[in-house]
Amino acid sequence: MLKSFPRGGVHPAENKFSAGNQITKLPLPKTVTIPLSQHIGTPAEPTVQRGDMVKTGQLIGKYKGFVSSNIHSSVSGKVLKVDKALDSSGYKRTSVVIEVNEDIWITKIDRSSDLRKEITVSGDEIINKILDAGIVGMGGAAFPSHVKMSVPKGKKCDILILNGVECEPYLTSDHRLMLEKGEEILVGFRLVMKALNVKKGMVGIENNKPDAISHLSQIAQQYPELEVFPLKVKYPQGGEKQLIKALTGREVPSGGLPIDVGVVVHNIGTAYAVYDAVQKNKPLIERVVTVTGNDVKKPSNFLVRIGTPLNQLVEAAGGIPAQTGKIVNGGPMMGKAMNSLEVPVTKGTSGILLIPEKESKRKPFRPCIRCAKCISVCPMGLEPFLLMTLTEKEIFDRVEKDKALDCIECGSCSYICPANRPLLDYIRLGKFRVGQIIRNRK
Amino acid sequence: MNSVLLFTIISLSLLGLIAALILYFIAQKFKVYEDPRIDKVEDILPSANCGGCGFPGCRNFAEVLVKADTFDDLFCPVGGNEVMAQAAALLGKEAIEVDPKVAVVRCSGSFEHRPRTNFYDGASNCTIVHNLYTGDTDCPFGCVSLGECVDACDFEAMYMDEKTGLPVIIDEKCVACGACVEACPRDIIELRKRNKKDRKIFVSCINEDKGGIAKQYCAVTCTGCTKCFKVCEYDAIIMNNNLAFIDSEKCKLCRKCVTECPTNAIHEINFPPRRIKIETEAKPGEGEQISTKKVSNN
Repeated sequence: MLKSFPRGGVHPAENKFSAGNQITKLPLPKTVTIPLSQHIGTPAEPTVQRGDMVKTGQLIGKYKGFVSSNIHSSVSGKVLKVDKALDSSGYKRTSVVIEVNEDIWITKIDRSSDLRKEITVSGDEIINKILDAGIVGMGGAAFPSHVKMSVPKGKKCDILILNGVECEPYLTSDHRLMLEKGEEILVGFRLVMKALNVKKGMVGIENNKPDAISHLSQIAQQYPELEVFPLKVKYPQGGEKQLIKALTGREVPSGGLPIDVGVVVHNIGTAYAVYDAVQKNKPLIERVVTVTGNDVKKPSNFLVRIGTPLNQLVEAAGGIPAQTGKIVNGGPMMGKAMNSLEVPVTKGTSGILLIPEKESKRKPFRPCIRCAKCISVCPMGLEPFLLMTLTEKEIFDRVEKDKALDCIECGSCSYICPANRPLLDYIRLGKFRVGQIIRNRK
Repeated sequence: MNSVLLFTIISLSLLGLIAALILYFIAQKFKVYEDPRIDKVEDILPSANCGGCGFPGCRNFAEVLVKADTFDDLFCPVGGNEVMAQAAALLGKEAIEVDPKVAVVRCSGSFEHRPRTNFYDGASNCTIVHNLYTGDTDCPFGCVSLGECVDACDFEAMYMDEKTGLPVIIDEKCVACGACVEACPRDIIELRKRNKKDRKIFVSCINEDKGGIAKQYCAVTCTGCTKCFKVCEYDAIIMNNNLAFIDSEKCKLCRKCVTECPTNAIHEINFPPRRIKIETEAKPGEGEQISTKKVSNN
């Protein structure tokens, strides 16, 4: 019997069209737009000005405060401006726009493709390198990784989990990375284990990627502390709390963090970035992005520099198909629709999904029929229909009491609702309002 | 037969009397003293329970008024100066005159002026849209046209204009309670000084983008060109972040800025037609008088 999280979950169609396509490098764009806030937390402070010449890998934004992250130039060229530029939500964020000329890298980066397995640096050095390299969680939330690496006093981490689940339909960037960079990923993972002084590492991969499971299991044989676990195919298996429950049986308490139960979870992309940062001195300047969709000519996985405009990626995948109704940044369950493709790839961009028009519209919603399907699928054991109603009626003390803040925004409730109710939209609003109330209380 | 009836009446009356006595003594025992003035003040207050004063309801505000030493920062926008004066007279305190206010919508990006670039079919709630993305136009500041402010209004002083997709405030009904200001996630609605005959001059835009960018998605945006700023004789216009703002306290309603604005972002409302304006402007030359006063003060 495969491991899985016990409560709720849905089974959306997988549609992993690009799973068989190798990661390809895209040519450098003419200009890149690198936002200074690609992570959760305080935006970085720009360290370059208009007219400066920068090299690939050079620091252009310095982290500010603990929950923040460094930003590096992903190309070499001239800084055109440090100004507000569109991000994927349509709002403007301070960004550094660089005109690309040649591809000159700063000298300390090791650009060879040799595999460096031996770990020579100490734990503290690893954490410092991760901080310097500006690594954030590459699964989508973009939470600065060094914050996860500093265990608060009185708490102890004894299990480290590598998240190779990729439960979002359509997306295949982690899958391809596991197949093509398996050795590097496990070295990166072991580096994190060393930094956190953890003796046990678990790799969780959903059972719809048998090639990745066998590939990583084979590599993991040389490391006795690592073990690869196939997991049941069920969304949201890759949710941090769900994965911890599935693999270790521990349950993160309400309002708590994984570290409260002695676990830290890192994503495949993050592990690969850690390998690059520690073994090759390479900051986080590129990532794998899946471009896919039902009608896309060449569903692909691209290795692109941060800041590349999304329309270049879509062009390379065969352009926008006719009758496209919606373009989503991320996967279909948790991604957000965009209203422009002039926006750059950021550290948290895992995929671009082009949805045909006939599937893109939301159906008109009707009154709740009390079928309780949303309750049965909620992986956090919440009551989505109730949270939505309470939010609509603005009874926020009960929204808080009913643990709206535990919602992981996986979207299972909205997906399953037979009355097409916008459950998650309202739960998000409820969370936002409760957050405001809690902040005001202080 | 009669005795049964009699017995029933007497026994029930006795029971009732005993219960009444118990209730009376308990009520006496656990009596909470309440300032009788609170009830009186509450009677004066409009009983709208709108929260415009900053307190949960009229009763609560009455308690605060009775306890307060002075009426600084305490004001009932619905009742206005009249009600506050009555309450002050009752409590033997001094009411502070506050200029009446009215809400204005600072966005004029109607369907005609601000084209819709995408189609939103999610939950019909402004805050949800605002937290998600810019909305169905490309303007990250403007109205998202879903009417959360209208829902928040307790006085039926607002409605959504279906032709423009913008909320409209009915001046006569607006009591400036500020519920719509709170409700709007984009801070489009502002409370401004209510002038004579509800005349209003305001910049109907809060877009802080650079003029060139803003004009791409809205024809009636404030571009921050500073023309109005230069023409204003009363220093009533403040330029900040590519946006002009007219201070309603300083504005003398001369309407010079309105004609100057190249994008018609400055609105004049409830004024007589322009023809008469030329007469009034030519007549007294108010502006000059005030400006000379200023010089002499310096």
